Amino acid sequence: MKKDIVLAGVGGQGILSIAAIIGIAAIDAGLFLKQAEVHGMSQRGGDVQSNLRLSDKEIASDLIPFGKADMIISVEPMESLRYLPMLSPDGWLITNTKPYINIPDYPELDELIKEIESLPNNIALNADQIAKDLGSPRAANVVILGAASPWLDLRYEELENAIKKIFSSKGNDIIKVNLQALKAGKEFAEKNR
Amino acid sequence: MQKLLLLGDEAIAQGAIDAGISGIYAYPGTPSTEIMEYVINSKEAAQKDIRSGWSSNEKTAMEAALGMSYAGKRAIACMKHVGLNVAMDPFISSAISGTNGGLVIVSADDPSMHSSQNEQDSRFLGKFAMIPVLEPSNQQEAYDMVHYGFDISEKFNIPVLLRITTRLAHSRSGIIKKNSIKQNQINLPDDPHQFILLPVNARRHYKALLSNQALFEDESENTIYNEYIDASDKSLGIIACGISYNYLIENYTERKIPFPVLKIRQYPLPKKFIEKLYNECNEILVLEEGYPLVEEMLKGFLGKEKQIKGRLDGTISRDGELNPNRIAVALGMEDTKGKDIPSLISGRPPSLCQGCPHIFSFNALNKVMEKYSKGRVFSDIGCYTLGALKPFEAINTCIDMGASITMAKGAADAGLIPSVAVIGDSTFSHSGMTGLLDAVNDKSSITVLILDNATTAMTGGQNSSANGKIEDICEALGVEYEHIKVIDPLQKFHEINVEIMKNEIEYNGVSVIIPRRECIQTLAKKMKAKKAKRTT
Repeated sequence: MKKDIVLAGVGGQGILSIAAIIGIAAIDAGLFLKQAEVHGMSQRGGDVQSNLRLSDKEIASDLIPFGKADMIISVEPMESLRYLPMLSPDGWLITNTKPYINIPDYPELDELIKEIESLPNNIALNADQIAKDLGSPRAANVVILGAASPWLDLRYEELENAIKKIFSSKGNDIIKVNLQALKAGKEFAEKNR
Repeated sequence: MQKLLLLGDEAIAQGAIDAGISGIYAYPGTPSTEIMEYVINSKEAAQKDIRSGWSSNEKTAMEAALGMSYAGKRAIACMKHVGLNVAMDPFISSAISGTNGGLVIVSADDPSMHSSQNEQDSRFLGKFAMIPVLEPSNQQEAYDMVHYGFDISEKFNIPVLLRITTRLAHSRSGIIKKNSIKQNQINLPDDPHQFILLPVNARRHYKALLSNQALFEDESENTIYNEYIDASDKSLGIIACGISYNYLIENYTERKIPFPVLKIRQYPLPKKFIEKLYNECNEILVLEEGYPLVEEMLKGFLGKEKQIKGRLDGTISRDGELNPNRIAVALGMEDTKGKDIPSLISGRPPSLCQGCPHIFSFNALNKVMEKYSKGRVFSDIGCYTLGALKPFEAINTCIDMGASITMAKGAADAGLIPSVAVIGDSTFSHSGMTGLLDAVNDKSSITVLILDNATTAMTGGQNSSANGKIEDICEALGVEYEHIKVIDPLQKFHEINVEIMKNEIEYNGVSVIIPRRECIQTLAKKMKAKKAKRTT
């Protein structure tokens, strides 16, 4: 088993919490893992990405080779497309459609969506809206993770357990809403794949 | 055994805790910051009474670590590559004096300049100091090599440089811990003159350092960290240093490389291995993250030797970090790059946070500077360097820590009056104070804005060592009391702030303005912690 994942977003959007949930689930499943993060200057509202690699064999490079990523998981639509050179021809792109606009020349959203939907394997969903409908706007990340879950090759229960672990200090309500967010994302992906 | 999932930086920190350090010293700098942060937050380190906490700069950190070594205990000093320049004086001289308790210096290089102003290669500085240099290729080795570094430091009484790069520093992987070692007792050097580098002693020590080079080379020949991996196809021999080995084997399924590979993780270079590879193979390809240090050594000045390929002959680009694809292309393999980035994608450069107090400082400064010709604002290293970008375009320089004040002074001395310096509170305590003293002594006509957000913001909110003392420091350095002004950088005070800045910038002498308001990131963190405390 090998899963190479590019996580994408804007500094401050919290892509590392997605990485942390997948990371715990992978370690619990006895997999090898490497995860390259971005720290420092670009965290201030700039584009950020993380290379997350899971495998049942030892992993060599901390960076995913270009054109070899199995998935791009993005919490922002424009950022999802920035990493297309990394994506394998049969890889999946899973992205939020809610734009994060902090630059003057942000492209037309329709054009972005067209570009995303032109890819053979894509799931595009408004995770912010889904999270808001669940009563927890901050769980949009977990909705995206749920939408990616069918392709992660991790057991769904392992992801649920990882969420329970990560949010254990925040109380049962937070755990519950994040489990709902995960499920909502998964259901969307299964309906729209 | 349960593995710990750690960043390379954190693996070094845990390695140091387990290797029996008594203290860690550092100034924050990407990509090295998380080493100290890990120790500060480690319960185990607290139980072991390991000294931790941020120093004013890398030089004070390095010297304090050397002092701990003098007292017989193990110490580690951590910094980013440009920080090692700041610590260069004690770094070089500690190689001459030698050490007592083990001393490891970590320098984290940033090839491709993700968060830096240059991509210098610390291995050159280790070579310059003539000390052993370790370059782990993965997180487990980073952990293990801290232990090993302390062992060889104490074996040869020499400081050891541990060099890492961004991708290792900031990538997480599973680590297996070793048993932890007890801290040393206080035990002063046998030779009471060892640390007195009077010329008469220094000459003697320097000769000893020179003769020790052969021992360091022997160590490099015999260490498990330099490995000759033989293979049948001798048309090419590959030297892979540090992390580049991972990128190399990524390109071969089952990790079988058809060519002999010399895997280097310790310097000085193991000469016998290099000779063997050179003699047996038709060509040599050198893979190294950073500058072409090994390649240049092998090539010789006239370049008349056997073909050596690498960054110097263009096989690999001279600048920027390595990755699996660049190495694939260097080996003549296909580049697997996927689709191009669609043309409609815009760049998203970093920017000041919404509500950042620096925004209001720059708005006021820009208003005041409207009436002068452009190019008068000298700035420094920190979040406020983003003031160079749109919409502010408020600053004209950013060179190194503290250079804002001294460059403004030099420009004012040249007749560019007024000249303004913009520096943060942490950078001011790192390297700004001495420059301010120079300006006061010369009565240079400059205004210094010390943007005081009460933290080292860019690296994630570490303590700033002059916190609460900035006005006192400026006054003590000789800035006149009536020309030290504290303002509140908020939009609603814009008019009054403009008025104060205008008056001080017009003043013919040294004036200091301190826009003071806490970083919104650290403030938000504090509020969150407070809220969490209330709900539990």
